[in-house]
Amino acid sequence: MNHRFVRLAETNRARVRIVIDGQPVEALAGDTLMVAMLNNVRSLRESEFGDGRRAGFCLMGACQDCWVWTAHGTRLRACTTVVAEGMNIVTTQPEATWANLA
Amino acid sequence: MGQPRVIIIGAGPAGVRCAETLVAAGLRPIVVDENRRDGGQIYRRQPDNFTRPYDKLYGTEAERAQALHASFDALRGKVDYMPETLAWNIFGGKLHVVRDQRSRSLPYDALVICSGATDRLMPVKGWHYAGTYSLGAAQIALKAQACSIGRRVVFMGTGPLLYLVASQYVKAGADVAAVLDTSPLMRRLAALPKLLARPAVLRNGLALVSYLKRAGVQVLTGITPVEITGSAEDGVRGVVIRDNRGHERSFECDAVGMGYHLRPETQLADLARCTFRFDHETRQWLPEVGEDGRTSVPGVYLAGDGMKVLGADAAEIGGRLAALAVLKDFKFMVSDDELQGLRAEQAKMDRFRRGLAQAFPWPAQQAAALPDDAVVCRCEVVTAGDLRRTVREMGAQEANRAKALCRVGMGRCQGRYCGHAGAEIIAHAAGVPLEQVGRLRGQAPVKPLSMAVREEVE
Amino acid sequence: MSALKADVIIVGGGIMGASSAFFLRQRGLSVILLERGLIGQQASGVNFGNTRRMGRPIEQLPLSNRSREIWLKFKELFGTDVELLLNGHLRAGFTPAHEERMVKYAEEAKSFGIGMQMLGTKTLHERFPYLAPEITTGCYAPHDGHANPRLAAPAIGRAAVRAGAQVFENTEMTSLEKDGGDFVATTADGRIFRAPVALVTAGAWGNRISTHFGEPVPMIAKSPQMCVTEPVPYAIGPTIGAIAETFEQVVYFRQVARGNIVIGGGGHEPADIDKRRAYVNPARTLYKLKSAPRVMPAFDHLHIIRVWGGIEGYMDDSRPAMGPSARVPGLFYAFGFSGEGFQLGPGVGEVMAELIATGATSTPIECYHIGRFATPVANAA
Repeated sequence: MNHRFVRLAETNRARVRIVIDGQPVEALAGDTLMVAMLNNVRSLRESEFGDGRRAGFCLMGACQDCWVWTAHGTRLRACTTVVAEGMNIVTTQPEATWANLA
Repeated sequence: MGQPRVIIIGAGPAGVRCAETLVAAGLRPIVVDENRRDGGQIYRRQPDNFTRPYDKLYGTEAERAQALHASFDALRGKVDYMPETLAWNIFGGKLHVVRDQRSRSLPYDALVICSGATDRLMPVKGWHYAGTYSLGAAQIALKAQACSIGRRVVFMGTGPLLYLVASQYVKAGADVAAVLDTSPLMRRLAALPKLLARPAVLRNGLALVSYLKRAGVQVLTGITPVEITGSAEDGVRGVVIRDNRGHERSFECDAVGMGYHLRPETQLADLARCTFRFDHETRQWLPEVGEDGRTSVPGVYLAGDGMKVLGADAAEIGGRLAALAVLKDFKFMVSDDELQGLRAEQAKMDRFRRGLAQAFPWPAQQAAALPDDAVVCRCEVVTAGDLRRTVREMGAQEANRAKALCRVGMGRCQGRYCGHAGAEIIAHAAGVPLEQVGRLRGQAPVKPLSMAVREEVE
Repeated sequence: MSALKADVIIVGGGIMGASSAFFLRQRGLSVILLERGLIGQQASGVNFGNTRRMGRPIEQLPLSNRSREIWLKFKELFGTDVELLLNGHLRAGFTPAHEERMVKYAEEAKSFGIGMQMLGTKTLHERFPYLAPEITTGCYAPHDGHANPRLAAPAIGRAAVRAGAQVFENTEMTSLEKDGGDFVATTADGRIFRAPVALVTAGAWGNRISTHFGEPVPMIAKSPQMCVTEPVPYAIGPTIGAIAETFEQVVYFRQVARGNIVIGGGGHEPADIDKRRAYVNPARTLYKLKSAPRVMPAFDHLHIIRVWGGIEGYMDDSRPAMGPSARVPGLFYAFGFSGEGFQLGPGVGEVMAELIATGATSTPIECYHIGRFATPVANAA
């Protein structure tokens, strides 16, 4: 099982291609980044403090649990960001080199 | 006098009706909203390219949703609408907002905060595992994205939203393993007199329960959550509870939707320096509100769930009342009949809400029962044991002190989801009344502020 | 009501008061500490958390060095880990004029063992690759660092209690009078405390007490403007401060082990010592958002999750009132550290204990004597 969310309807939408951890995957236009990701992988990020993977919590921009890193070192709040063609997300913590990417 | 500059924060039911009432009186308010589209949470609009009709999305509330959306659409040319705009701070009579990494400070004569609510959560061991979501989240996944939060979902908590979301999931074809309500059935019977204040709503609620049962979903009441089981790598695997006879039961699932009513988003009221008072009935601090949404700060008003959780219908009334309060305070003519009528409506809603609180109480006692290794603060991964140690070994008996010493509430969400349970744990460990523990002091920004934000040059 | 007695009454439970209480106990003196709120709640708890020596006025370095020795033994002495990280302090500059300033200071301070190294542009960017290219010069003090101010004073306070100090939190002193050989403190709850020695470590409120004894000081209360990012992978070792031309441009930051980056600067706001309120001005938060990426461009990718302020006492000459009273035997002061007191805290406590117990201290603090503010009229009175 390589995804977490399950699409129940509205599947007749244009495809959007993004990259997660170097792998090209497909989402649908109108998906939030979180939904796009969780229809392809089971989690969004690694918790900073050792308790494991996180997959968001509130879906309304309140809990701040769904912030993800892009491959370019920027940060996106997945549940309030609309998925866009070409988004390039990494679901693991970048190492200290994040500070050198500018 | 000239037109007062009015800013409304929030384009949900309260904000929309407030704007409508002000526009009818000839004003042109600014409406600031964080979301892409109007509607707030319960009437959240799906993306443009989605096709589900209103009755599928909003069920019994389809007409209200449609009416609200149509009202705001009609207002578009008559208000200064600022969507995708975060109100992040209030200072010196100005509202600080940010959009597209540009910050502006907006002066106001009157500020109506219609900031809505989030789910209210009581932690359970394992609730940090991937696949645990709030009830509201489960609903948003379905309503706004046509997804289920998992292949097999358990819903746990209490309150009408528990049954509503579960039945929406069943209707949409999701696999719902169980609905687990912490409130004993008896409490609903005891609350009946108050619940009868809104007979149609009560009927709808009862219909949801029977729908679930007919659909073969296990519905248990009076349960005690024990644990969400799972793994750090793969997330939720199941839920363990004790049923109302004390027997342990487990349910396999890969997603949990959890919640105990709602809690108002009060950060902006706090930054506006409104006074708060402790509400004994619901065991939380709420902004002190006078008549029609007036706060302790002249020029600052509250309406909707962001003032006090009374539900969407009451929010529409509250929005109108706050608008009338603004108009009255700025010396416009206001119909006393209209005021009285709205206030009477709101009083009815309040009676119903008290019935809900009685029927589906906040399970305060679960906080003390949390095992030491249960995570309380998801952002900072602070456990119940960490918090208790801070009380017992470092003498912290107050919410902000505990936060300073052990980081509970110090994370990105600023205590939205751990604040209430954290306070209950502190009170219990310190042996003091909950009120004495106080509340987490609001600090800007209301939500994380990008460091790429620059002040807009006017 | 009978009075509670001790050798010393300490008024004010920040890091100065808590530390003094601890070290007085080490010397066998009995101590009563009166704190209106909770230990370390005011300036001691809200400051930036720098434990640097580099950059301090030269005359302050002996005290700073003495304090550093205690910081190095913090866990051992006080029993709590307060997240002390000694990965250095870097002062960064943009221009040759900035380089000159740093070279001058390094020269003046060279005999104090700070180990400062001037770094040229190439070395600077090799060692700290996250710095903006506009930064051309830096001075690095490898042994300086930072700690968690929310934890430090409370930890020292608890250690003082374990050592036998009588600490009264949530106890507001309503009057302090000299009665014969004793100081008599009365508190809002009606209690009375007596001691032959009183030490005022009341921070921004110290002036109220010193004025009462005929020794007003030119001090104002200001709120530091702090903010902090979300936690990100640990990458920035030293505390970093950039030389700036205006207060608005001032920015300094430190990354804690958990990953959050604390950022200060952008000037101060007035603080209200009567209402005990201090606010963060959003404009000053926005200044920092602008000036931080000038030092480290990657800041543009991060988010601020919280701001805070507090109440600090700033003297006109940026030096504390520290030492014996100029007018009243048995009265001592250690307040008004003007935003630089955190690192000095443990040392101040040790010095004040030494001074009170033996009549003198080996650490030079004469320039902090409160008598420097006395006018001829006051002296004659």
